[in-house]
Amino acid sequence: MGQAASIDPTEIDRFERMAAQWWDADGPMAPLHRLNPTRLQYSRMRLCHHFDLDVGDLRPLTGLRLLDVGCGGGLLAEPFARMGASVMGIDAGAENIATANAHAQALGVEVDYRTMAAEDLAASGAQFDAVVSMEVIEHTADVAGFIAALVDLTRPGGVLLLATLNRTPRSFITAILGAEYVLRWLPVGTHDWQRFRKPAELGRYLRRSGAELRHIAGMRYLPRQGEWQLSRDARVNYLAYAVRPPTRL
Amino acid sequence: MAPSRAKLVPMARDNQIKTDVLIVGGGLIGLTQALALAGTGLRAVVVERQKPAVLTAMAHDGRVSTLSYGSAALYGQIGAWAHMADYAAPIEEIRVADNGAPLFLHFDHREVGDRPFGFTVENRFIRLALHRTLAQAEAVELIAPGELTNLERSQTGVRGVLADGRTITAALAVGAEGRHSPLREGAGIRSLSWQYDQTAIVTTVSHEGGHGGIASELFLAAGPFALLPMRGNRSALIWTERSRDVPALLALDEAAFNAQIMDRAGDHWGRIECDAPRWSYPLGLQNAERYIDTRLALIGDAAHGMHPVAGQGLNLGIRDVAALAEVLIDSARLGLDLGGGEPLRRYQQWRRFDALTMLMMTDGLVRLFSNDITPVRLARVLGLGLVNRIGPAKRFFERHAAAMTGDLPKLIRGEAL
Repeated sequence: MGQAASIDPTEIDRFERMAAQWWDADGPMAPLHRLNPTRLQYSRMRLCHHFDLDVGDLRPLTGLRLLDVGCGGGLLAEPFARMGASVMGIDAGAENIATANAHAQALGVEVDYRTMAAEDLAASGAQFDAVVSMEVIEHTADVAGFIAALVDLTRPGGVLLLATLNRTPRSFITAILGAEYVLRWLPVGTHDWQRFRKPAELGRYLRRSGAELRHIAGMRYLPRQGEWQLSRDARVNYLAYAVRPPTRL
Repeated sequence: MAPSRAKLVPMARDNQIKTDVLIVGGGLIGLTQALALAGTGLRAVVVERQKPAVLTAMAHDGRVSTLSYGSAALYGQIGAWAHMADYAAPIEEIRVADNGAPLFLHFDHREVGDRPFGFTVENRFIRLALHRTLAQAEAVELIAPGELTNLERSQTGVRGVLADGRTITAALAVGAEGRHSPLREGAGIRSLSWQYDQTAIVTTVSHEGGHGGIASELFLAAGPFALLPMRGNRSALIWTERSRDVPALLALDEAAFNAQIMDRAGDHWGRIECDAPRWSYPLGLQNAERYIDTRLALIGDAAHGMHPVAGQGLNLGIRDVAALAEVLIDSARLGLDLGGGEPLRRYQQWRRFDALTMLMMTDGLVRLFSNDITPVRLARVLGLGLVNRIGPAKRFFERHAAAMTGDLPKLIRGEAL
């Protein structure tokens, strides 16, 4: 937990309060908490299938090296670690990393958190069995460069799991007007619709970087249950599974 | 990597017990919850004040429970049914009659499927079966007698301190201490309650004739009088009276008490004799305003209590157990924090509607059948006769009595988690 050691102790209180916000399922991050089980369910299913792991096991990802890019407070990184993976979580925001560290330590979950950009980690030559980046692409300025870095970080034969928003009339109405202006789930300005990427565009970026987009799944919100569900309808939120083909000898 | 959820017996090291779920209260519901979690790979510790021998003694609880088909299915799944099957009597038919009126409601399980509505089992045999099953469950530790002198719940975990100085850390605390749940009160969760001016006398009787697997519920002026078939020529009696009349009835000698029973039951069963101590329970309903708090889930009577008229109190609690177990194992598979907000929100969302429905139905039954005003009486006589004639309505009630409708947890459907 290297980062925590380099942080001013007077700041720790503040990070613990921020951790409480990140991790309050009814707090500012509530939409991500609602989305989380569905994203994890898809990831678990794809990882178990790809690496031929035992779906019945509570720690099926044991032995896998997994990178969470744009990990925020660690909402995905911690569950992946509990599923057995050895997880590195990176985020460009030092405060996010301090927050994630404070929470993981308090709960006794081991995650290697670092403040850095995907491009910088890729430049170091690091590679992982699986690279996960969810609800991040729509906030990046250079999508092509970002995805190239994610592919570089995936070892040949490894997996990429991505989640983002589609650019459709429907997503404008639901994700921008609905979530930000009407329901106020998200602060106004959280998302820029122009930065949403269609699955075909995502597929193109991946292909150019040497990975293959294999599967897309939509996510549908069930208002009565307050839960999300995997769906064929990928017009708003969607998940993507891609692989980096093994190098041929 | 921290072994936060390894498939291990709860670890005791330096007087520290580390587990996934800390269940407070080792009664029927608490033990059922522990067993429902065992075998999923999750670990549980149950803390109960009383010694097991005290809880399984006849004097502690001579009551008989009606287990719905779904509850029996859950016990089958968690391996406890084999230990209680020999003591369970199937309910093949239910007859409801209103104060001597000619119309009566008749439910026959053959109309809903080839299986009984449920089973009657004496509570102490359920307890014994649960303890026997628990003895083989490695992932569950029962601390009994044991007393928690302190229990802290924070955003990051649960920490309990036992009177003997040991500490228990867990991701989630489960309140299964019954009606006066200290965990519920400690969380500042208010409980809405109704009291009826009625008390149930509960005992068992033996009778000359056979019962033919028929549960009989007579709605008398003072309240329902129910005989539920047990093994052999015995039945469980749940007899509701106005509270002020109960002390005198309890004080009667055997012959006079039996005569009072015969007066009400009629002669279908032949001679009836009370063969167990007489217990009495004031009737009331209660429902907690929330079933969850920070790292806390309430189950069974700690969440909602109901009187024995509809025979659904324990079954409602068992459905809590099944739903919580399913939410927790689903969450564990996704690596989620078991005491986190999302699993708890899902548990409450799942259980509140069912509990409220049952409480309202039970409340309605009491009010409807404890009223001797002529129009109300006429309405209920017609109502019963009508329901009897309308096949679909009747089958709906039958299915609900057998807990077959709605979004049922897997264990209640007899499926593995």
